[in-house]
Amino acid sequence: MAFKGAIVVDTEKCKGCGVCVANCPTQTIALAKKVNSKGYPYCYMEFPDKCTGCSNCAVVCPDSVITVYRVKI
Amino acid sequence: MDVKDIINPENFVYGKSKVLTDTVMHYCPGCSHGVVHKLLAEVIEEMDIQDKTIGVSPVGCAVFAYKYIDIDWQQAAHGRAPALATATKRLYPDKYVVAYQGDGDLASIGTAEIIHACNRGENIVVIFINNAIYGMTGGQMAPTTLIDMKTATTPYGRSVELNGHPLKITELIAQLEGTCFVTRQAVHTPAGARRTKRAIRKAFENSAQKKGTSLIEVVSTCNSNWKMSPVQANEWMVENMFPFYPLGDLKDR
Repeated sequence: MAFKGAIVVDTEKCKGCGVCVANCPTQTIALAKKVNSKGYPYCYMEFPDKCTGCSNCAVVCPDSVITVYRVKI
Repeated sequence: MDVKDIINPENFVYGKSKVLTDTVMHYCPGCSHGVVHKLLAEVIEEMDIQDKTIGVSPVGCAVFAYKYIDIDWQQAAHGRAPALATATKRLYPDKYVVAYQGDGDLASIGTAEIIHACNRGENIVVIFINNAIYGMTGGQMAPTTLIDMKTATTPYGRSVELNGHPLKITELIAQLEGTCFVTRQAVHTPAGARRTKRAIRKAFENSAQKKGTSLIEVVSTCNSNWKMSPVQANEWMVENMFPFYPLGDLKDR
């Protein structure tokens, strides 16, 4: 059974710590080149096709800015 | 399948706990406090005890915990969270009482309070964040600072002759008769965070069964005062903190 996922990031609350990037097993997430109003580069799905919706990024996120969605395919 | 089709309420699997408030946490980027707050909020939400839980926030970085987790809170004087938690639990025996402390608070100024609260076996939950440094005041040496670790007050590294040995307070507490569950966890990986969450849940269940004091030490990072990036700090913690503070259950009965 395969899964496909997607994340939604609350970009204004993201502090760009990069812990989600280091813990993403499929290297889906990266820090954006742009910054939010506080000057932090926020995380986003650089390769949306790779996301499996495992929610590891959201579990380690200290600021709970990531929401995870997942579907079976 | 397009991303827009996946992002749909019926496909939701994980998000922010309802027990957390919308206030943006003041913690530095990548701070372990945020993860532990989230896990605590998730346990409270899953056990449906939001209106039955009273937290005691410490002095230290987590002093504003009451802004972030939507339960009843008290704010203790420095190190006195277990004493305040004792009083709260005795006055409201059917509530869940959780004391949230850092290493400067619990292992230094509050040593007497934690030892005696644990020795009396108060039915409280204690969450102990150990990042081996005083975070809020600017990175001074804490009792838990490792040998040769550089801090603001030990610029050449902590030495045994001058500063003594690091304090393994969790091992001390595990020997006390009043404690029922003493464990050491870390939240730098998803697996570690999930284990910590199970430990917090177990601690709350022990509290309901009146088994005694449960203490969960979370080996944490302080990337600002360690002067590293959050990811580097996690790696440093694995390399240097874990050999001295090994993870696992010290006591479970």
